[in-house]
Amino acid sequence: MIATSFTPVASLLGGALIGASAVMLMALTGRIAGVSGIAAHLLPPYQDREFAGRLAFVAGLVAAPVIVLLATARLPALTIEANAVTLVLAGFLTGFGSVWGNGCTSGHGVCGISRLSLRSLVATITFMATGFATVFVMRHWG
Amino acid sequence: MAILLQFAIGLVFGFGLLLSGMSNPAKVLNFLDLRGIAAGNWDPSLAFVMAGAVAVAFTGFRLVLRRSQPLFGEKFHLPASRDLDFRILSGPAIFGIGWGLAGFCPGPALTALGFGSGAAFIFVAAMLAGMWLARFIERLPSLSRIAAPADPLET
Repeated sequence: MIATSFTPVASLLGGALIGASAVMLMALTGRIAGVSGIAAHLLPPYQDREFAGRLAFVAGLVAAPVIVLLATARLPALTIEANAVTLVLAGFLTGFGSVWGNGCTSGHGVCGISRLSLRSLVATITFMATGFATVFVMRHWG
Repeated sequence: MAILLQFAIGLVFGFGLLLSGMSNPAKVLNFLDLRGIAAGNWDPSLAFVMAGAVAVAFTGFRLVLRRSQPLFGEKFHLPASRDLDFRILSGPAIFGIGWGLAGFCPGPALTALGFGSGAAFIFVAAMLAGMWLARFIERLPSLSRIAAPADPLET
């Protein structure tokens, strides 16, 4: 493993920005800021006419580090330990599971819990539990 | 106008991921590695991200939802389902395994694309394939007998 330092203040403030983004999306479009749902609905079949708005949101997510780089001439750390085969498997399970379970860390973890949704709380506890178990197996098994 | 604002809202989300450190899979994995508590190298930052995000969203949603409708839209699309069914357990269980394997969930993976990361590109391509498959399977007519269709509003 590659050690990372505990960043309580930056993480709390960054979290607040994520929450503010979710509130602004609700105020503007009336939609939950669930990244998995937004990304999945960029794929066919198209059920409504909000494609452009979803694409714009995703473009903002992708553009954020570019703007940080242009403004500060540096980027935060990005350390990916997984190899290509693991990345394919991980990406596939993440994508499948988030659509099948109707949400991910943002849709259930942030927005759902903020709406006091029992479904989202159950979903969040479940993916936390399998996330903990998976990292245990990957790092400490055998 | 609405499109530009949605781009800006996505940017704010991305800045939040970058500032909080959640765009870095190593930081997420060091949270998910509970052995780190005993070993002394656990990184609890993710819990602080969640606390900050939920505190703002809990308060903000309450204020926003007092209005009769969103600025650019006819109504607020809020999930109505309350069922604790097969899908609300199996989906997140599968999602958590993928999350634990690489340390990426959908938002941070998309933001990592902006770093020009080849690894993020591989992850996102596989993620979109998984999303497509889940949406394909849920539309199979025979499936409606064992699992209710997803509420498209929740995500």
